[in-house]
Amino acid sequence: MSKGTISILQLYPREMNIYGDWGNVLVLKQRLAWHGYDAVISEHNAGDSFPDDADLIIGGGGQDSGQLVIQEDLQAIGPRLRGLAEDGQPMLAICGLYQLFGKFFRTVDGTVIPGIGVLDLETHGGKERLIGNVVATSGEFGEIHGYENHSGQTFLGAGVTPLATVTKGEGNNARDNHEGARHHNVVASYLHGSLLPKNPAIADFLIRTAVERKYGTFEPGEVDDTLADLARRHAGSRPR
Amino acid sequence: MNPLSVLVGKAVRRASKLRGGGSALPGLVVERMDPGFMGRALSTLEHGVMVVSGTNGKTTTTKMVVELLEGQGLKVFTNRTGSNFTRGVAAALLGEVDWRGRLDADIAVLELDEAHAVHFVNLVRPKYSLLLNVLRDQLDRFGEIDATTRLLGRIAAATAGTVILNREDPRVAGLAPTVRDAGVVYFGLDPSLRSTFPNDDELRGATGVPAPSDLPADVVLEQVEGNGAVFGVGGRSVPADLRLRGVYNIFNAAAALAAARTVLGGAADEDALFASLSAVEPAFGRGESLTVNGQPLELVLVKNPSGFRLGLKSFDPAGHATMIAINDNYADGRDMSWLWDVDFDSLRAAGVDLVTGVRAYDMALRLKYDDVEVRGIEPEIPAALKEFIAGSPGQPKRIFCTYTAMLAVRRELSKITTVEVVS
Ligand SMILES: [Zn+2]
Repeated sequence: MSKGTISILQLYPREMNIYGDWGNVLVLKQRLAWHGYDAVISEHNAGDSFPDDADLIIGGGGQDSGQLVIQEDLQAIGPRLRGLAEDGQPMLAICGLYQLFGKFFRTVDGTVIPGIGVLDLETHGGKERLIGNVVATSGEFGEIHGYENHSGQTFLGAGVTPLATVTKGEGNNARDNHEGARHHNVVASYLHGSLLPKNPAIADFLIRTAVERKYGTFEPGEVDDTLADLARRHAGSRPR
Repeated sequence: MNPLSVLVGKAVRRASKLRGGGSALPGLVVERMDPGFMGRALSTLEHGVMVVSGTNGKTTTTKMVVELLEGQGLKVFTNRTGSNFTRGVAAALLGEVDWRGRLDADIAVLELDEAHAVHFVNLVRPKYSLLLNVLRDQLDRFGEIDATTRLLGRIAAATAGTVILNREDPRVAGLAPTVRDAGVVYFGLDPSLRSTFPNDDELRGATGVPAPSDLPADVVLEQVEGNGAVFGVGGRSVPADLRLRGVYNIFNAAAALAAARTVLGGAADEDALFASLSAVEPAFGRGESLTVNGQPLELVLVKNPSGFRLGLKSFDPAGHATMIAINDNYADGRDMSWLWDVDFDSLRAAGVDLVTGVRAYDMALRLKYDDVEVRGIEPEIPAALKEFIAGSPGQPKRIFCTYTAMLAVRRELSKITTVEVVS
């Protein structure tokens, strides 16, 4: 007996899906099933009309060329995403969409690409890419493991809190030790690898929030995370 | 001429060979002493220099082009040591040139890593370039696929004679306008085979088959059936039996045919070309069939999502014991994200006997999310290999492995059993 159905909406899977972003969608779908819920996955691509029934929104990273393709559509759906975020809708934004969820991206040559302002943060193009394994700690989710590969450096404003504090790697930028951002039920991060498989606490936070918003209460099932724990332990021991 | 640098380089090469050292040091020495050495040595060849580059299949394709041209009586210089860097080419040259720095060959066919190829073409202008594909691989080194495409574009722009392009890879075919002085020749697939080779834009989420390309191709892979294939060449359909396994290798054979035909022009002996092609063996460390305790054991190199997906597609898991070995050393790429861009559904029915390598737990976790049963996990490759062989007597075996995992597997195999290479 299914306890309910959750609709997962993947943003721009064609253009913004470069570092295994599908892994995050797959983890949400499978863990929902293990918790006893059904999952319906749909996509929003440039030019589509934005659906009304999404319970959980997820978006990934892309190349510069991919970001150009989605830019206009993202601006068009930006007010909807902002409204949903303020209303408590759970969302996960990784890498490229993390940047565009902010206020703007200023490239190295000074061009300003507007973001959609879901998150109070800004990104500045850097000359050097920040690449490598990352370990970060968060009061909310414990130790977070992932891999970063970005040239934009992100700085948080007063309206968001960092997702975690970096203990290995760079995270948001090369200056402070922040990684990612949190605001209401939006989780944003530079980390892929993919993020959710090795960080099931974040996956279950998104799931619990989506189910509670829709059904009032969340009844978790038994999920065995032994493999994720072992994968985390090994990832943590690898060189940068 | 600088005979001194050649002599010193040759001496260093001998010395470093005695010490069992790498192949790059003598190249470094001669590069420092005599920066023009390589350009001079390669400039006198009758058919010039061909550069082979792209994400997947460089080593095997280079080997094919070399053997096709040798089969036509040409003397070919190539960087066989597998060190696909400029310095490796210089080191390989030192072994071949005479004391005056002259190379006794008709053509050089060189496998070059995308990043190093650009450095190389600044030193030596190729007459031909064969550009295979641009796939997501080693993004931790190159940053973006588009950046890799630009590197290949620099090679195309530097080419003086003919650029040979993969018509089916939109990023590679899209380089045609950047070709400045050279002609363009394409190799491609019959439309019925295009769905077998999805490009990276058709990974997860994207839909449909790429728009059929109507660019004229010199060689078209028309059919694949096991190790047999039919190539469309100059309006004729030519069947061939190959020793190479895997559809990706067979598509690379079309690339090699187009490259050889370009070099030879009207002088090609087509029967001999196909005879040479049928005799090509896989390159070392790029997928081999071995015999272990009387059972076949296949090593399948998987180093990026496209390669892994094609590997899974090419080899039916039924009846085989399967092991997967995933390392994250520098040469493999440290980022594990790519495992999440591969579908493992085809392994669900048979399951996986053993997962090994530094990132064995990442791999096992990946398989868990695709509902594929994993019967054992042992991160240490030597122990895993023993267990795998002992645990499946009387069964053919297959190991999917990343590059450094394959080297480790091969090293261990030669210790624990007599390894007979069968193809
Ligand atoms: Zn708010």
